[in-house]
Amino acid sequence: MASTLQQIGAVTMMNVRNVPARLGTSMVIVVGIAGVVGVLVALLSMARGFEATLASTGRPDRAIVLRGGSNDELSSVIFRNQATLVEQTPGIKLGADGQPLAVAEKYILTTATRAGSTEPNNLVVRGTELRVLQVRPEVKIIAGRMFTPGLKEAIVGRQAQGQFAHLDVGDKIAIRGGDWTIVGAFSSGGDVHESELWCDAETLMSAAKSPVFGSITAQLDSAQGFTAFKDALTTNPQLTMQAQREPEYYASRSQALNTLVTVLGYTVSVIMAIGAVFGALNTMYAAVSSRTVEIGTLRAIGFGSLPVVVSVMLEALILALAGGLLGAAVAYILFNGHSVSTLNMQTFSQVAFDFRVTPDLLWKGILWACIIGAIGGLFPAIRASRLPIVDALRSG
Amino acid sequence: MLKFFPLVWATLWRKRTRTILTLLSVVVAFLLFGLLEAVNVAFSNGANAGDSHRLVVGGKYSFTEILPLAYLQRIRSIPGVQDVTHATWFGGVYQTESNFFPQFAVEADTYLTVYDNFRVDPAQKDAFIHTRTGALVGRSLAKRFGWKIGDKIPIQATIWPKVDGSNAWDFDIVGFIDPKNEAERAQTDVMLFHYDYFDEARQFGKSYVGWYIVKVAPAADPAVVAAAIDKEFANSPRETRTDSEQAFNKAFIKQMGDIEMIISSILGAVFFTLLFLTGNTMMQSVRDRIPELAVLKTLGFSDPAVLALVLAESLMLCLLAALIGLGLADLIMPALAARMPGLDMSPQVILGGCGIAVVLALIVGILPALRAMRLDIVNALAGH
Repeated sequence: MASTLQQIGAVTMMNVRNVPARLGTSMVIVVGIAGVVGVLVALLSMARGFEATLASTGRPDRAIVLRGGSNDELSSVIFRNQATLVEQTPGIKLGADGQPLAVAEKYILTTATRAGSTEPNNLVVRGTELRVLQVRPEVKIIAGRMFTPGLKEAIVGRQAQGQFAHLDVGDKIAIRGGDWTIVGAFSSGGDVHESELWCDAETLMSAAKSPVFGSITAQLDSAQGFTAFKDALTTNPQLTMQAQREPEYYASRSQALNTLVTVLGYTVSVIMAIGAVFGALNTMYAAVSSRTVEIGTLRAIGFGSLPVVVSVMLEALILALAGGLLGAAVAYILFNGHSVSTLNMQTFSQVAFDFRVTPDLLWKGILWACIIGAIGGLFPAIRASRLPIVDALRSG
Repeated sequence: MLKFFPLVWATLWRKRTRTILTLLSVVVAFLLFGLLEAVNVAFSNGANAGDSHRLVVGGKYSFTEILPLAYLQRIRSIPGVQDVTHATWFGGVYQTESNFFPQFAVEADTYLTVYDNFRVDPAQKDAFIHTRTGALVGRSLAKRFGWKIGDKIPIQATIWPKVDGSNAWDFDIVGFIDPKNEAERAQTDVMLFHYDYFDEARQFGKSYVGWYIVKVAPAADPAVVAAAIDKEFANSPRETRTDSEQAFNKAFIKQMGDIEMIISSILGAVFFTLLFLTGNTMMQSVRDRIPELAVLKTLGFSDPAVLALVLAESLMLCLLAALIGLGLADLIMPALAARMPGLDMSPQVILGGCGIAVVLALIVGILPALRAMRLDIVNALAGH
């Protein structure tokens, strides 16, 4: 057994030292697999980033209330008297002032343009209340100040500011009923709210001539209290409302785009991987054929067929691994943290997010590389082991 | 020239395994090219679709604002407006949210007049106009869900509850919509029903519509008419923004982001790796044949002729693979188009693919071809 291992080691080292002599052919495996892994990691990191942005929004001990039957805040309509009843539902934590920690919000869209373009983009405007800072304590004003109720003032999310033009503190933007002044900017831990503009709900409703809310977000007594809160809400005969835990609601709003990008990523990568397998097979067949005499000689001096098989497989795997690492590194350098914004069809609004090349995606890429390398090495390895020694020696 | 075809063909298959494996990787690359380019073309068709004489009138601040129904008469009286109709986004769910398709509450006869690119059987159109709860659906949509004329389709409202608070709406299928131009099939994947029925039954928002669509008279300038419409409602509580249908579609598709860039980047990565692979095969193929090429030269083949032979081999390999790959994409396309309307292997994709195959063949063939051309006969023969 030990001698077989020694043989494997010796033959593999010989093969690997020989790689520089066959650099051109060997690069086919490395570059081919780097391409597959790069595309796979880049596309999945896009899906991952989008998912992370929506899934990181909200906390399990907060609930969002929408009109029964509505899928999102844009399509939900909650009348003023209903909003008051919702906020009185038991289970909502009380603030220091003794009032429920809940905000009734109005969710509308306005138009923003990207720098150097005039095409409209659907930007979310969230009309809210000052106590939103207590309901969503993750929100931090990072520039300027909070809006003043009653005035046409707005604060802008960090990501919206990065994606669209003319959203700096002091700029004016037409939201409804003329221009509003941007008086501050906020961050909220990289969640979806950073793609929004926030302003006073009452001022927004009067400017939009639409005196209804879209949602109510409430801080619950505890995450466990959600079921009781939901039951109390849905059994109230005066209301037809639905409640969801915040993270569940926001995750559900990312499903369609997530599925689309993931399916695209895997489809493209699987097809590319098939192409790369053919390339790897080609390279390894060529490697075996250029070493026919060498393999014959090894066999003639007593090396078994197993070391030959293993050495070819190992060479393929080492080259594949190099390709995988290269592809993963390129994807990481080019895309990690890259900010983009797209239209989320489920909410009809722009969501900005960062590509996230996470460690598990890198592992996945390297695993794919090894699988491609293993398949590409297997058949040539079997051929190498079956070379008749006499013919092999004679072929030189 | 053609008499050399068998020679090139034979040398191509000199090392069968190598050629087949190379061919297969190039086939895979062109399969991917065909599929992704079809997506690209579908998006750019969507962005360029639209009649330049059709205008979309929406809210000034956002397309999602609603506008008073009373604007209908005022728009109709603006000079240059030939026809005007309106639509309201219903946003209902059929069975599950993932079955998404647009539903519009419309004014039946004027809508079909303005959308003169929709084709509806006259008897079905008549049935639609006279059935209060009737609905027209795109034919491919009907096929997707197995709907027939006479079916009652339950749609769950997400925006518009009925007066009694219920979200359950039922519509009777009375006919199908086909496009006049098959390339516009994706635009017909909608459900149309009566605004009158909708407006009377809904709980709130009564006498408001989503947007207006204007058909501009042939002699009028659409830009002038659009400006006149926006001027009519300027400084009113509900101001408007009027765009040509083309500009509107283009802006909408642009909102999804730079799809063309994503697709080009993927294809860039694919073809970059392919250059290595095919280039390597061609290099090996020439290296293996040095003595043969020397013999050809001895027989009197000129240097340019040898160069041409190697390039022809590369060209044959790449074009053959491209055609197989694009052919496979064409076979798969109908299955994909069922899930993503508008996908189609257009001639421009196939021509584009062949063009890329030629460029690829020249790039990967040129170095080996030059090497073959510069062979010194004596050394090449002596070397073996």
